[in-house]
Amino acid sequence: MAINRGKVRWQCRRSLLELDLVLARFLEQEFDRLDDSQVADLEDLLRCDDYDLWAFINGSKPCEVARWQGVVAQLKRC
Amino acid sequence: MNVAKRTFDAVIVGAGGAGLRAALQLSEAGLKTAVLSKVFPTRSHTVAAQGGVAASLGNSTEDHWHWHMYDTVKGSDWLGDQDAIEFMCKKANEVVVELEHYGMPFDRTDNGKIYQRPFGGHSMNYGKSPVMRSCAAADRTGHAMLHALYQRNVRARTQFFVEWMALDLIRDAAGNVLGVTALELETGEVSVFHSRATIFATGGSGRIFYSSTNAFTNTGDGLGMVARAGIPLEDMEFWQFHPTGVAGAGVLITEGVRGEGGILRNAKGERFMERYAPNLKDLASRDVVSRSMVTEINAGLGCGSDKDYVLLDITHLSPEIIMKRLPGIREISIRFAGVDPIKAPIPVVPTCHYQMGGIPTNYKGQVVQPEGGDLASPVHGFYAAGECACASVHGANRLGTNSLLDLLVFGKSAGESVVADFKAGQLDLKPLPEDAADRSLARLARLESQKEGHSVNDVRLSMQRTMQKHAGVFRFKELLTEGVTRIMDVAESAKSTYINDKSKVWNTARQEALELDNMIEVAKATMISAEARKESRGAHVRDDAPDTPEHPNGRDDQNWLKHTLWFSADNRLEYKPVHLKPLSDDVEPIALAKRTY
Repeated sequence: MAINRGKVRWQCRRSLLELDLVLARFLEQEFDRLDDSQVADLEDLLRCDDYDLWAFINGSKPCEVARWQGVVAQLKRC
Repeated sequence: MNVAKRTFDAVIVGAGGAGLRAALQLSEAGLKTAVLSKVFPTRSHTVAAQGGVAASLGNSTEDHWHWHMYDTVKGSDWLGDQDAIEFMCKKANEVVVELEHYGMPFDRTDNGKIYQRPFGGHSMNYGKSPVMRSCAAADRTGHAMLHALYQRNVRARTQFFVEWMALDLIRDAAGNVLGVTALELETGEVSVFHSRATIFATGGSGRIFYSSTNAFTNTGDGLGMVARAGIPLEDMEFWQFHPTGVAGAGVLITEGVRGEGGILRNAKGERFMERYAPNLKDLASRDVVSRSMVTEINAGLGCGSDKDYVLLDITHLSPEIIMKRLPGIREISIRFAGVDPIKAPIPVVPTCHYQMGGIPTNYKGQVVQPEGGDLASPVHGFYAAGECACASVHGANRLGTNSLLDLLVFGKSAGESVVADFKAGQLDLKPLPEDAADRSLARLARLESQKEGHSVNDVRLSMQRTMQKHAGVFRFKELLTEGVTRIMDVAESAKSTYINDKSKVWNTARQEALELDNMIEVAKATMISAEARKESRGAHVRDDAPDTPEHPNGRDDQNWLKHTLWFSADNRLEYKPVHLKPLSDDVEPIALAKRTY
């Protein structure tokens, strides 16, 4: 099924302000440059629990899912 | 009416703690229940609550609900309704034990009971000494609570409408509430949710301030819908601020940083808290620290190009201590302030955290409004709970751990009221008026046809800056007066917001424009209510209402011991008395006194 970028954009709305801020920067700086497969990886990553997602970004927990690692690396820089 | 219609016994808007707790009550009673949520339920902002939930279980120290009630009334600076506060404190043990039975992983004592920890403002023996009353699941209490409630709802077959945004309340000519209109984000189509009962559990609206700890989703949607539908908002001048949010981001820097030796400094590098609180200095209470920071900024001693923040300095601590004891804070500072606190101080400002006011309700969770001679007449078919509601248990200031308790007790209470009214045959499905969806469709049509105008981002930023400057943690007569004019100007510009993207499917720009409409209502309510209240009380502190022998802490009970009601249609204020009498004879009223700790 085709990826809907608006949907993924909306799913960047999270429960924690820290994530909202990082994801807002990511949407502004990086999102439009992603290809469809990268957007699909992001959509998959966004299914994670918010505290896990924040732990991947702040490095307190390693991200062990290979397909998420690229986008996690980008998020870490935002 | 050319929109799709769905019919339920009950519709709940919001799937945070209050919404899920209410939904459980209804689904388990067999009512056909729909829960609408903008985001997936476990991404609601309840997840961010860390501290715990208050209950006088007495597992770790002796405790009694009378003491909890006393603390809550005192914390509220006597603006809280004592009937609702009695109800909440008495029910606390029941709702916490229920949650334990739902599988909530509370921390435990050695003998297997729920472990309780101390928390600011909670005491034993009417303020005599600290009590251990907060039940927590590590520092993830809200997260654990929301997951437990969500799973229980799945078991009870609650029907979720995820990524649906409620747009407007539907009322008939007699004022009865008949459900909501809602937008499905995936299709962009509007539907009517026709119901016997409607419960709002839409959370807070902290995004109206420039500096806010709230997640982006907290846009006051329930309050906006209520205001547009002619129901007043109560006590909107009362907002709790935290002294140290990262300037420009809002992310909290915990009090623990000052506990470890952090020092607040102004642009001259002065440790200004020495002047305001010579004994406690940087460890003075939140409100004292926040007001001191604002006083420095207003005196032109703020830092940065706009001189609008102060600095929290821990550079004198050893890097080892910072890395060991404050690693999360270092990460937050580097990421959101762009400074490594080992090398440079962190820019901080007082930051909006929690909304005490909201949709007026009674202790049963019924929404109430003035009707004839009754200042709190229930609105047929309409209920509210959690941060969006004002029962009022927090009054002018909320105690930590009472927010999670509020959403459990009043989520359940609103659910119980619906079930009782339903079983008593009082919730018939009233016919929908022909114009049920008109208001929402007109709002969407306006956005569709608007060819030019103000950008949503610009209007939101103007609103946030205006609220922060004119109705922040420390308030000044002239700034409030000017703030009323300014926020009305911003509200005017919000009527002509313009979006480039006119598509329907997953149009996030459109969603943000619709959210802004709601925030504008909350912002107007806050500014106008704050300008009008000429005393200081709890979180509403005015420079022109100082601490005097006649008015301790600036509080004026003779003129201002009353709840504010703001009406959107004509920007009018009314007032109603505070309930100073408890619900039952089980407890004496808590007599008025100066709030000191």
